[in-house]
Amino acid sequence: MTVTEFTPIASTVGGMLIGVAAVLMLALNGRIAGISGIVGRLLPPYSGAEPSGALAFVLGLLAAPLVYAAVAGTSFSQTVSGDVALMAVSGLLVGFGTALGGGCTSGHGVCGIARLSPRSVVATATFMATGFITVFVMRHVIGG
Amino acid sequence: MRQAVNVLAGLMFGLGLLISGMANPAKVQNFLDLAGTFDPSLIFVMAGAVVVTFIGYRLVLRRTRPMLAERFHLPAAKDIDARLLGGAALFGVGWGLSGFCPGPAVTSLPLLTKGTLVFVPAMLGGIVLARLVNRESAPRVLASSE
Repeated sequence: MTVTEFTPIASTVGGMLIGVAAVLMLALNGRIAGISGIVGRLLPPYSGAEPSGALAFVLGLLAAPLVYAAVAGTSFSQTVSGDVALMAVSGLLVGFGTALGGGCTSGHGVCGIARLSPRSVVATATFMATGFITVFVMRHVIGG
Repeated sequence: MRQAVNVLAGLMFGLGLLISGMANPAKVQNFLDLAGTFDPSLIFVMAGAVVVTFIGYRLVLRRTRPMLAERFHLPAAKDIDARLLGGAALFGVGWGLSGFCPGPAVTSLPLLTKGTLVFVPAMLGGIVLARLVNRESAPRVLASSE
């Protein structure tokens, strides 16, 4: 496993930028900036909830690493597992779970908590808890 | 105009994910690793995002309607039911396994990492699957006058 540096300032600034984007979405479109929901609007079965706006937002998301590289002068550095089976199972669970539970880290974790929605508070506590348990089991029970 | 603003919001959101470190799965997994290489940075991401959103939403919701749309589309669901809990629980397991949640995974696509290229299609498949399940099991609306 990779040790990562504690980055309180960059993380706060980045978090605030996420917040500004979320406020912008509500102010202009009247919508919650939940990424699982926005991506879901691009997929069947279609419910007629504005796929063009969702597509534009996703294009912005996709442009972010390119803009980041242009400004920072170096491409974004990340460590992603190359284990195909693990990534496939993980992706399936994330997609299925967020669609079933009506939100992810952004929709429940940021926008929902900011609205003081009891559903979102409970959902966030739940996915945080199973996330902690999963990493504990993976790193300290099975692996090591 | 409308779509330009959506692109801009997506871009800002994505840059926020990158700058904050949220788009680095190793950092997310270290945040979730309380017993090991714990990295508390993500608490700061959450705090920064929630505080700005909390204040901003209150200001915005004083308006009667959004600037570029007819009305606000706020989630109406109130019930804390099995779907919410089960869905969130499964999501957390998937999040822990890879360190990816939907936003960071999508933003990472142009970086063309093998893991991301496997994760995103699987995630899209999971979303479609859940909706099909949801539709099958949803209480059917009895024939209404139409």
